[in-house]
Amino acid sequence: MPEMSTAEDRLLTGWGRTSPSRAALTRPRDVDELASVLSSSRRGTPVIARGLGRSYGDASQCGGGIVVDLSAFNEIGPVDRDSGLIEVGAGASLQSIMAATVPEGWFVPVTPGTRQVTVGGAIASDIHGKNHHRDGSFCSHVAKMTLVTPTGTHELSEELDPELFWATAGGMGLTGITTTATVEMIPIETSYISVDEERFEDVDSLMAEMRRSDSNYHYSVAWVDCMTRRGGLGRSILTRGEHARRRDLPTAKRSEPLVAPVQARLRVPFRAPNGLLNAATISAFNELWFKKAPRKKSGAIHSLSSFFHPLDGIADWNLLYGSRGFLQYQFAVGDDHEDCVKSAIELLSSHKVPSFLAVLKRFGQGDPGPLSFPIKGWTLALDLPVGPRQLPSVLDELDSLVVGAGGRVYLAKDSRLRPDLLAAMYPRVTEFEEVCRRVDPDGLLNSDLSRRLGIRHPGATWRE
Amino acid sequence: MNDAFGRPQSVIVLGGSSDIARAVVRRLAGARCKTVVLAGRDPERLSSAAKEALDAGASLAPVVLFDAHDVAQADLTVSNCFAAAEGPVDLVIVAVGDLGSPDSDERDPTRTADLITVGFTWPASALTAIAATLREQGHGRIVVLSSVAGVRVRRSNFAYGSAKAGLDGFSIGLAESLRGSGVIVQVVRPGFVRTKMTEGLKPAPFSTGPEEVADAIIRGIETDAQVVWSPGLLRWIFMIMRNLPQSIWRKLPG
Ligand SMILES: Cc1cc2nc3c(=O)[nH]c(=O)nc-3n(C[C@H](O)[C@H](O)[C@H](O)COP(=O)(O)OP(=O)(O)OC[C@H]3O[C@@H](n4cnc5c(N)ncnc54)[C@H](O)[C@@H]3O)c2cc1C
Repeated sequence: MPEMSTAEDRLLTGWGRTSPSRAALTRPRDVDELASVLSSSRRGTPVIARGLGRSYGDASQCGGGIVVDLSAFNEIGPVDRDSGLIEVGAGASLQSIMAATVPEGWFVPVTPGTRQVTVGGAIASDIHGKNHHRDGSFCSHVAKMTLVTPTGTHELSEELDPELFWATAGGMGLTGITTTATVEMIPIETSYISVDEERFEDVDSLMAEMRRSDSNYHYSVAWVDCMTRRGGLGRSILTRGEHARRRDLPTAKRSEPLVAPVQARLRVPFRAPNGLLNAATISAFNELWFKKAPRKKSGAIHSLSSFFHPLDGIADWNLLYGSRGFLQYQFAVGDDHEDCVKSAIELLSSHKVPSFLAVLKRFGQGDPGPLSFPIKGWTLALDLPVGPRQLPSVLDELDSLVVGAGGRVYLAKDSRLRPDLLAAMYPRVTEFEEVCRRVDPDGLLNSDLSRRLGIRHPGATWRE
Repeated sequence: MNDAFGRPQSVIVLGGSSDIARAVVRRLAGARCKTVVLAGRDPERLSSAAKEALDAGASLAPVVLFDAHDVAQADLTVSNCFAAAEGPVDLVIVAVGDLGSPDSDERDPTRTADLITVGFTWPASALTAIAATLREQGHGRIVVLSSVAGVRVRRSNFAYGSAKAGLDGFSIGLAESLRGSGVIVQVVRPGFVRTKMTEGLKPAPFSTGPEEVADAIIRGIETDAQVVWSPGLLRWIFMIMRNLPQSIWRKLPG
C-alpha cells in the first residue's frame, strides 16, 4: 500500500483567482489519516480544509501551511424514504448528490448558484439559495455532522453541542474539519421548475414587488443592471419559481419527469486576455440579457440546471476574467435599510465600475451561527473584474456604507474587506473565537482569510 | 496577507529612509498595511520614517539597523527584519544603493568596490535570504528598486549603473526561479529621480520625483507587472536606447 496520501506542494487560489498562496495539499483517505494530519501539525503548521475551491477569495487557502482536500470523503448514502434524511461525506459535491437523488425524487434543501460545491463547503459558509426567505440557510437543514478537531472528534447536532454546531455553521472551516453530515432532502415530483419572470424599469418598483409577493414563491431572485441608467436606476429582472408538478410539464416530458443534472463538459477554449471583460463588453452582455427577458411571463418550464446553475454549463468560466482575476462583493442589510442597496448601486454606477448583473435577494431570518452571513432583509451580490483603478477605494467606501447600515459582507466571497470592520459586521466574532479555542487551543486551524481579517485573533490583523 | 488587489498588511523595507521608500510606505499604510519594518543605516532618519508610517496608519513600525557594506551580515539583517515583523510578511522592498560621486570615485578602486557591494552584492545576498523565507511562507512579493541607469550603462555613472545592471538581471532571474512558489519579484526602473541622492546633479531628460515613482510602484503591485518603469514612457524609449550604436548613445544628454 502506498504511504499516506502524500502531500503535494500546490499554488492555490479561490474561484476569483486572486492572491495565490502555496501550501502542502494533502488528501487523507479516511478519518485516521485525517486525524494524523491534524496531530502532526501540532508542531504549529496551520491547517485548513478545502472543498471544491468555489469560495471566491482565500477561505480555503493556507500559505505555508497544510490544506486538506476532502475529496476522498465522497460517499453518498441512500435517502431515507420517511424522513428524507441522507448521510453524505463532507467531500461529496452537490452535483454528485443531485445526480444520485434527483432520479429518485429528492432535491437538496438549499443550493447555491453552482452545483460544484461540497457539503463541507456548504456547511462552512452556511450557504443560502434562492429560497432563503422561506427555508433559511444550509445548516438549518443539517440534522447532524461529524467534526474532526485537533483535540478530538465530535458528533454534532443542535441538541448534542449547539455551541460547536452553530460555530461550525458559517465558521469558514476554523472550528475543525467536517467529515460527514446528515442532511434533510426535499421531495420533488419533477426535475423542473415552473418559472414566473417579470421585468422592472427601476430598483424601487422591483423591491416593492419582492416585498409584496416573494413569500408566495419557493424560489426568488432578481438580476439588477448597475451600469445602465435609462430612466430609473437599476433596471431588473425578477425570476421566481416553484418545483413543477408532473401535470405542469408538457406531455413529452411527463414520461421522464426526473432527470439528473449533468456535469459540464465545455471549457473555455482559449486563454482570455486581461481586460476582455471590461465596461464595454459587460454592458453589452447586460444589454443582451435584458433584451431576451420578457416583460412578464408566467409558468415557463425550466430545468433545475438552467434555473439554479446557469453558469455551470462551462466548467471554468472564471478564466474569462484573465490572469488578474475577479471578485464578488456580496453584502446583507436589514429590512429597514433598503436605501443601502440603492446607494450601493448608485455608488457603482456613478464611479462607472463595470459589473455584471447584480443579484438581489431577500433573506429570511438568520440562524444562530455567530459567523453565519444571512440576516433578515436584503442581499446584493456583484461580480467585479480586478483592474479598474477606482475599484479598491470604491469597495472600501461600500464597506463603510454597509457597516453604517448595520450590515455585513459574505466571508465566502470576500477577498479584500477592511479588517478593522470585521467586528462591526460580525459582532459575535469574539464568541466564535472562544468556541474555536475550546477545540483548538493552539490555534492550528487557520486560513489566509482568517489571517487577513484576524478572525481567529480578533483585534490583531494576523498571527503566525 | 495580500488582498485581491495585492494590498499588503505587512512590509519590510531595506533602505527604509530613502525618499522613494517613504513615499511608498505612506501609501501602503494608508491602505491595509499595519506592520512596517524599516531597515537602514541612519537611525535618526529611520525613526522619522517610522513616525511617518505610524501617522499614515501603520500600528507597528520597528526599525532595524544595517550597513550594506557588510555583506556577511546580509542574511542576519534579513532574519532580524522578519523577526521584527512578528508574523507573515506580504511585501519586501529592496531600495539599497549608492550613487557615489562619479568625478572623485571612478578612479578609486576601493570606492568602486564599495559602490558595487552596496548596489549589487549586498542586495543580491539579502534577496537570496528573503526569497528563501517567503518561499516557506507560501506567498509574498519582492519589489526591487533598479534604475534605467542599469538598462544601458553610461559614462556618467558607470559604477552605479553596472551595479544596478547586475541587480536588475539577478532579480529577473530570481523571479523566474520563484515561479509557481507564490512569491513574485518585481523590478522597478525609474528614470532620473530628483531625491536627496541626486541633489546637486543636473536632472536628465524624463526625470521624475519620488511621489511619481511611488505611484508607479503601487500600480505595479496591483497589476503584478514584472518590470515597472517610471515614467512609463521610458519603457518605449529604452527599447530604442538599448540598441543605439555607442557613438550616438555617447552624445545623448544626461
Ligand atoms: C458560481 C458561484 C455561485 C455561488 N452562489 C452562491 C449562492 O448562491 N449562495 C451561497 O451561499 N454561496 C454561493 N457561492 C459560494 C459557495 O457556495 C461557497 O463559497 C462554498 O463554501 C464553496 O464550497 P467549496 O466546497 O467549493 O468550498 P471551498 O471554497 O473549498 O471552501 C470554502 C470554505 O469551506 C471550508 N471547508 C470546505 N470543506 C470543509 C470541510 N470538510 N470541513 C470544514 N470546512 C470546510 C474551507 O475551509 C473554506 O473556509 C457561489 C460560488 C460560485 C463559484
